[in-house]
Amino acid sequence: MLIFEKSRPGRGCSMLPKCDVEEIMLPQADQRQKALHLPEIAEGDLSRHYSELARKSHGVNDGFYPLGSCTMKYNPKINEAAAALPGFTEIHPLQPEHTVQGCLEVLHKAEKYLCAITGMDRMVFQPAAGAHGEFTGLLLIRAYHESRGDTRRTKILVPDSAHGTNPASAVMAGYKMVSVPSDEDGCVDLEKLKEEADEETAGIMLTNPNTLGIFEKHILEITEVIHGCGGLCYYDGANLNAVMGTVRPGDMGFDVVHLNLHKTFSTPHGGGGPGSGPVGCKELLAEFLPSVLVEKEDHYYMKKPEHGIGEMKSFYGNFLVVVRALSYLMTLGKEGIPEASRNAVLNANYMMHGLKDIFPAAYGKSCMHEFVVSLSELKKKTGISALDIAKGLLDNGIHPPTMYFPLIVDEALMIEPTETESRETLDEALEVFHSLYRQALEDPDSLHQAPVTTPVTRLDEVEAARHPVLRWHFEE
Amino acid sequence: MGSYVPNTEKERQEMLQAAGYSDMKELFADIPEEVRLKGELEIPEGMPELSVRREMEKIAGKNQIFQTIFRGAGAYRHYIPAAVKSITSKENFVTAYTPYQAEISQGILQSIFEYQTMICDLTGMDASNASVYDGASAAAEGIAMCRDRKRQKVLISQTVSPYVIRTVKTYCHGNGMQVELIPEQDGRTDKEVLKDRIDAETACVYIQHPNYYGNLEDAEEIGKIAHEGGAKYVMGVNPISLGILKTPAEYGADVAVGEGQPMGLSLAFGGPYIGFMACTDKMMRKLPGRIVGQTKDKNGKRGYVLTLQAREQHIRREKASSNICSNQALCALAVTVYLASMGPEGLKEAATQCISKAHYLAEELNKIGYRTENQGNFFHEFVTQSKVPAGETLKALEEHGILGGYPLDEHRILWCCTEMNTKEEMDEVIRILKEVQGC
Repeated sequence: MLIFEKSRPGRGCSMLPKCDVEEIMLPQADQRQKALHLPEIAEGDLSRHYSELARKSHGVNDGFYPLGSCTMKYNPKINEAAAALPGFTEIHPLQPEHTVQGCLEVLHKAEKYLCAITGMDRMVFQPAAGAHGEFTGLLLIRAYHESRGDTRRTKILVPDSAHGTNPASAVMAGYKMVSVPSDEDGCVDLEKLKEEADEETAGIMLTNPNTLGIFEKHILEITEVIHGCGGLCYYDGANLNAVMGTVRPGDMGFDVVHLNLHKTFSTPHGGGGPGSGPVGCKELLAEFLPSVLVEKEDHYYMKKPEHGIGEMKSFYGNFLVVVRALSYLMTLGKEGIPEASRNAVLNANYMMHGLKDIFPAAYGKSCMHEFVVSLSELKKKTGISALDIAKGLLDNGIHPPTMYFPLIVDEALMIEPTETESRETLDEALEVFHSLYRQALEDPDSLHQAPVTTPVTRLDEVEAARHPVLRWHFEE
Repeated sequence: MGSYVPNTEKERQEMLQAAGYSDMKELFADIPEEVRLKGELEIPEGMPELSVRREMEKIAGKNQIFQTIFRGAGAYRHYIPAAVKSITSKENFVTAYTPYQAEISQGILQSIFEYQTMICDLTGMDASNASVYDGASAAAEGIAMCRDRKRQKVLISQTVSPYVIRTVKTYCHGNGMQVELIPEQDGRTDKEVLKDRIDAETACVYIQHPNYYGNLEDAEEIGKIAHEGGAKYVMGVNPISLGILKTPAEYGADVAVGEGQPMGLSLAFGGPYIGFMACTDKMMRKLPGRIVGQTKDKNGKRGYVLTLQAREQHIRREKASSNICSNQALCALAVTVYLASMGPEGLKEAATQCISKAHYLAEELNKIGYRTENQGNFFHEFVTQSKVPAGETLKALEEHGILGGYPLDEHRILWCCTEMNTKEEMDEVIRILKEVQGC
């Protein structure tokens, strides 16, 4: 039941004391005519309502969550404790600089850690999520070319295996997106790339390892080709968890990166945000960064970059998310960061191996932090699709892998276990996959019905889109 | 060092061998030697939990918490009901990803559906999305919704918050829309200039109501000017004010956006906040980002799903209406719990107290030489002009642990009052400022 259906006239919670000054009313003409229909509900019922909704939600804390490309690792509690400190939560963003030295220290420290990990020179935290970071990074590339009077560069190259945000961000930044095909190894087709790279190329967007979980071996050649034609290289940090501490985007030839603190650096996803998508760059782009840079002399202060692209949003980003990430960075440190990464790769390979007889990987013999399997053989044989297997996992308490992505793999399931899962969890998940495979062969119809243990069964998405009902309608 | 990896060294070796490898290095064999990091990362060693906690507490301790705040300018201190923190700390909500798998995400999806309903109720609009990053990016996205092939220009009032104007400029530099500022006249949008400037290329008119100075705009008239010019009308609104003020729908807006932070989110040095966006039915399919819709499952049971996904980047790629993927879902939950806790009467009371207290403080300040600039009605912010330099005024308050208004220039201050400010606090401000003036 919706909270509105639980509302009863006259009920409510008591929150505010009586007004202690004379009450002022605005003229009738300025007042709303339409009555508010917010719920009228007692606190106990309200509290219970959301406990019920929490029970109908599944987070990392509820079970294995190998959602590829999303890095659903454990969200440490100390991060939450740090972000709840009143010294962070009660600070107005426009307080005088000398009263926010702690906040500036957080930004400064986080910048130092993350620049060391990425091989970048400067970083800003204003972008609120990965896609926001992509948009920011592309505007930096554009500002760079414009500053040199180089206005011919109208296109951004994006591999066909890229996240959907990449092409969408390129268009928002005013570029034409040109898709670069993958070769038979699942990597960027170097010959095709050379054909596309020319004096109209503003840059390339790349994640490495790519969305298939494969490291682009020819990365130095790729970035050289782009630099050779006068373009810049953008690193989508979505998959940084695979390589941090082993290889740095800066050393691969990238000029600008965004990170997803809500993936790689353990901050929670909150059911879809808030995330944080800081953008780092090499010195040559630093003057174009948005927002403010935090500098340190005998105290911390904020400085606007000389030719900054402006503001991407208000203030300095999702600050409390940065606090959480800093807490994680401080915990892991120089040994823990590469350790996390190595174990993410180990766990993924362990699972890839455990599945190879039933769900073979679409590309590669080994993988980095994630791998993509294709169920097209199974579908031909039994009619059971990647979607059916995903729904079968739901009945086993496992959040399914990312489905039908990347687009270059048929019936794709993209599996990313992360480093924070134990061997037993992986073994149990493998057993579930194997039993679903057997079920697909023996009793495919039952899998078409899955899930059956969840609060609702499969939902009619077509109807939802055809006749959208996007809100509750009140009886007037 | 700290670590969240459960498997022991021995277990790792066993797993490695089970997968057919003898050395961890083999897993990284694809990475060319010449790009590898030589040596260790140049960051400090890791720390156990107690050390991290101590360090974080030390850093947080370097910030000054003001017990009394009269500063707004885009970030507002309101009362946050205890239920908000408690409910938004539930791990099922906190640690979930975007609800792609609807069957195990009904709780999150329903809470977003409730959020969308409440945003529609507040604004009077027909449809809301599931949130965007903050009020400024909501403004930029709302403006982008209005462009078409022939109309590529936005007229934005000078009375809009500077952060919003600057964010809109950044987004428009990207998508190629032209931005023209409409000047202010006595702290409100100059309607005559607006009439002159609107033309066949104007995609939309954007105003903020109440505006940056707290003033109520002539929102109805501005909407008429926009529509007569064939342009869309986008309003940025303060959600608390909607407890009392006329809704954007009643003013004729096509799109309503705003900063949702006042509804249950702490100041947090500027984020995470939340941008809300709502529009008419007609523009629904142009909304960016996630939207939750109601539907039925195979057994006819009511349920909720992410819907109208044909607008979105993961389906449409370069043809998507926006690149947004993650939004501010947990903040949307905070807003929902806030509004449910306050209820219609509570929200109205909060809005009334904002207005009443702001007017009380303005009047008292007026009496001691801080002349109120606002000429018409204002909501919970107002601007004073004084002979005493703003810096001196604010420094005196700061010495008493009070964060005064935001300095606009050498002699003008933008003040804000909410239900959090007591009469006692306001009288204290007056007492301190009398001393500053030596009277």
